Amino acid sequence: MANLTAPKMITSMLSKISPRRGVEGLFIIVGLVIVLTFIFMAIFAPVLAPYDPNKTRVGGLYESPNSKFPMGTDRLGRDILSRIIWGSRTVLIVTFLSMALSSACGVTLGLISGYVGGKFDTALSLFMDSLYAFPGLILAIALAVMLGQGIMPVTVSLTVVYVPIYFRMIRGEVLSMKESLFVEAAKAIGAKGRTLIFKYIFPNVIPSIPIVLSLNAADAVLTLAALSFLGLGLPAHIPDWGFDLRMGYGALTAKIWWPGTFPGLMIVLLTLGFSLFGEGLAEILNPKLSGR
Amino acid sequence: MTSLRVYIIRRILLSIPMLLILLSVVFVVLRVAGDPVSAMLGGHAPISEIERIRKQLGLDKPLYIQYLNYLMNLAHFDLGRSMIWGQRPVLDEILEHFPATLELSISAFTFSILLGVFTGVFSARRRNKPADHAIRLYGIITYSIFIPWFGLVLQLIFGVYLGWLPISGRSDPRMAPEIITGLYVLDSILTMNLPGLIDSIRHLILPTVTLGIYLSGIYTRLTRTHMIDILQSDFIRAARARGLPERTIIYKHALKNAFIPILTMMGLQFALLLAGAVLTETTFSWPGMGYFLYERISYRDFTTIQGTIVFIATLIVLISLIVDIIYVYIDPRIRY
Repeated sequence: MANLTAPKMITSMLSKISPRRGVEGLFIIVGLVIVLTFIFMAIFAPVLAPYDPNKTRVGGLYESPNSKFPMGTDRLGRDILSRIIWGSRTVLIVTFLSMALSSACGVTLGLISGYVGGKFDTALSLFMDSLYAFPGLILAIALAVMLGQGIMPVTVSLTVVYVPIYFRMIRGEVLSMKESLFVEAAKAIGAKGRTLIFKYIFPNVIPSIPIVLSLNAADAVLTLAALSFLGLGLPAHIPDWGFDLRMGYGALTAKIWWPGTFPGLMIVLLTLGFSLFGEGLAEILNPKLSGR
Repeated sequence: MTSLRVYIIRRILLSIPMLLILLSVVFVVLRVAGDPVSAMLGGHAPISEIERIRKQLGLDKPLYIQYLNYLMNLAHFDLGRSMIWGQRPVLDEILEHFPATLELSISAFTFSILLGVFTGVFSARRRNKPADHAIRLYGIITYSIFIPWFGLVLQLIFGVYLGWLPISGRSDPRMAPEIITGLYVLDSILTMNLPGLIDSIRHLILPTVTLGIYLSGIYTRLTRTHMIDILQSDFIRAARARGLPERTIIYKHALKNAFIPILTMMGLQFALLLAGAVLTETTFSWPGMGYFLYERISYRDFTTIQGTIVFIATLIVLISLIVDIIYVYIDPRIRY
């Protein structure tokens, strides 16, 4: 995979996804379909949702699923389907935003730290390793307690959790690449500093990013849902699967199963979509890792 | 001294800086990311009240003094006092809830390994057949399980509709065993309390299955990969040539060799186990550390939240130390 440019890389990736690849190809396709469905739902939420997700008493309280409310209504008489559709917008915004931020920070820091080396590298690696040693959820809880509720605080909490993953991966690759021939050659023709990092080293670490990105996205969906479930997520007016699931426990013993089951199912489906996509990609792009 | 003893002493010494760094990270996250007092009071509190709590927590001092105080207190096993109700020492409260977490962890961990190893072996023996693909999919699905949702579904089926199992708590208060170790199953056995034992086990089943299945996927995949390699090796072929029964070959010869990577993974899984326990305990109102943390989060009880996270950090360092030491005994090739 040495020194491919991005468009070439994507075509070579796509060419490997064919029916002949069997299960892996199927994983990717199913994963992609799931994720795209949710993206579609998020974009067209205003058109798709039959009711205002926050409007109370559009139906009776705890109305069981019927033709008017396919997923029933919740404790305030809000339409659960509409809340799920709008909730996909919330979860995707937070997930994509935190993935973009954490990969940008992690990759940049990893490139610089690996390239510069020395005390700077030692100190930064130590810090990142200890962040990494923490269970992601516990770290996210600590951050979310301090930062408060809202889209941005939650996004930042998730970002901090995933930065070390990119940092460690990229730093490792840079260290092994620093000694390679093409970097030597680039140095010989006078490339240095920023040019060397971003023009020569960076394009070569790109291939390992998409796999980690989609697996982290899967994890981020779960972590966000967990934060909301624990009451650390988003303010009440933003439809949110994790919090709706929490509220679904309220009437469980009265056999009112729908307010919790449906939002929870969406969390699992979206996570599964990202994981299947990531796993399939990993098997195809990096057969050495297969089965892990 | 033997090299083994040198290794162990060095490993113990090495965990001191590791712990120090982890504790510093907790400090940085909880002090630099925001102001604990406004996080607690929500920003609408009178200034006099803010000042009072600030002083009580020592937050009016410069940051480096706060940091030194924090480390000094930890060195004396002082995690501060809770900010609500009886204002009891945080460590006492954590230790009260710890046995429940320990009991759930032990049972879920054991269940996950048994399930993971069994499905992994099953899958490896049917490589690339439909059963193998199904189990690989199972490995990915477990990774995507959202514990509170899975718990809810189990509660609905086995608790609400079938009425077979209790859906919350550790025991029926009328049958709770006399507390000796705090592990209800063990205590019931020690006090020969049969109804208490049955009751504790019944309460333990759903949380164990929820957390156990969530953790099992990684062992399934790991066992599968290693078993596939091992089943192709010469010594297995030799065992087959000797006419040993297949069961002996798989479970006695092959599995023994797949065990070292599984052990490594067990060490790495503890962090995930602790995070999973927080969600499982909250889902099943299981009165352990995780449920306690959840409860105090809703009150924004800052010292307790900080104390619990410090406790978890220490636990992680301790467990990784123990796993590394067990590791040398099992695999004598590792001596640094």
